[in-house]
Amino acid sequence: MTPTAPWPGTLPRLLPAGRVAGPVSLAEHTARYGRPPSGPGPRRREAMIAEVDRAGLTGRGGAGFPTARKLAAVAAARYAPVVVANGTEGEPASAKDQVLMARSPQLVLDGAVLAAEMVGAGEAVVVVHRRVREIVDEAVAERVRARADRVRLEVCTAADRFVAGEASAVVHWIERGVPAPTATPPRLAQRGLHRAPTLVQNVETLAHLALIVRYGAGWFRSAGTAAEPGSMLVTVLGAVREPGVFEVPIGTPVGRVLDRAGGASAPLQALLLGGYFGTWVDAAEGAGRPFSSAGLADLGAGTGAGLIAALPAGACGLGETARVVRYLAGESAGQCGPCRFGLPAIAGQVERLADGRGTDPGLLQRWLGQVDRRGGCAHPDGTVRLVRSALRTFGAELSRHADGRCCGRASVLPVPSGGSR
Amino acid sequence: MTVPAGRAAARLRVDFIACDGRGLCAEALPGLITLDDWGFPVVGRRAVPPRLLADARATVRACPKLALRLEPVR
Repeated sequence: MTPTAPWPGTLPRLLPAGRVAGPVSLAEHTARYGRPPSGPGPRRREAMIAEVDRAGLTGRGGAGFPTARKLAAVAAARYAPVVVANGTEGEPASAKDQVLMARSPQLVLDGAVLAAEMVGAGEAVVVVHRRVREIVDEAVAERVRARADRVRLEVCTAADRFVAGEASAVVHWIERGVPAPTATPPRLAQRGLHRAPTLVQNVETLAHLALIVRYGAGWFRSAGTAAEPGSMLVTVLGAVREPGVFEVPIGTPVGRVLDRAGGASAPLQALLLGGYFGTWVDAAEGAGRPFSSAGLADLGAGTGAGLIAALPAGACGLGETARVVRYLAGESAGQCGPCRFGLPAIAGQVERLADGRGTDPGLLQRWLGQVDRRGGCAHPDGTVRLVRSALRTFGAELSRHADGRCCGRASVLPVPSGGSR
Repeated sequence: MTVPAGRAAARLRVDFIACDGRGLCAEALPGLITLDDWGFPVVGRRAVPPRLLADARATVRACPKLALRLEPVR
């Protein structure tokens, strides 16, 4: 069956155009995008993976791994695989996956089903934030009533922890209720959920995949840059007039993304790019850069999980960082010694910097080095990246803080208070 | 765990999820393994010198948590 394609239009691709209330229904979804091609045999599966490869789709969960390579690895497995659609979004400042699931659940489910068909899986587990669980349940029920799929869809509420979104932690959570990463090897593509070869993809990645299957690689590449094609969802927060989630072509200048959020609501001093594992950059320097890995590389930054937080001149970057690092230290799964003991130690040092009690800079550097890349997942590495970028970007503040003169109140980055576990 | 045979270049790797910080490896291989401020092994990223390869293999086998590996250098 050939797909009907009423829409290959402009942005937004993933989110409904305009301010539609509530989730897009299956009927509205089909009217907008048409039906995806169905019933792929082995040759068709290979052709679909090749199309994703030509499209240049990369993971939108933060790591940016080429999606086609993961698909091919799982498709080549000797045992029946399973697909996990990862909508955990453990990062408290990020909202893009929840907004996507709340507004376009059918597109994500399409992507999960198509990915399952591509790798030869009979089942896809959709892991969603608790805030959108009911919407996704209803969306799955709609598909069951319409007998839309041959792939079985199961919905699972995500663990409310920062590290719970890491791919092996998602599998661990579904299987045993433990939201903690597991050791590599084995890779999930070889042995994951219930020992089956497992494809874990972020929900936004799957939504893009569902459209690539319909409209092709050339269409997908008509947005974004040649090296980083397509659009992406970005969560914008902090000192902007209309914080929210926006879909932009990759490579859109950071300042233009801020404009989509109504523009800065105060003079800005810095931007946090990527997420809590991301990078602080000077606001003026960052605003002119393309929001893409290539455009941000020389600042030591990247797009990460698609987050831009705007820090106003009146706020305190060191204080913000101290709060986030203390939170991240508490969110360590506690499995690996350097992360379990090192992150609280680092958090203590950053707090001392922020409140002017003074610290031994050599000690902080030593601990950052002793924690970096010394865990079973990237949790310690990401925290180290954030602290190092804070020291670079707010370096001029350090002496003022040491003299007991703080610049402002910390209030921009959300950090859940305890008890959410 | 994985111990490449023969003289192929190999480096040490710690599975930090399994590692408990017993410190035995640092005592057995003081030239290659030190401990961080919390007692967990620091292994360089460089290949183990050929003259220490046999000792490294013995240490891998001796780790009480099976957390130490030798992996081929690609």
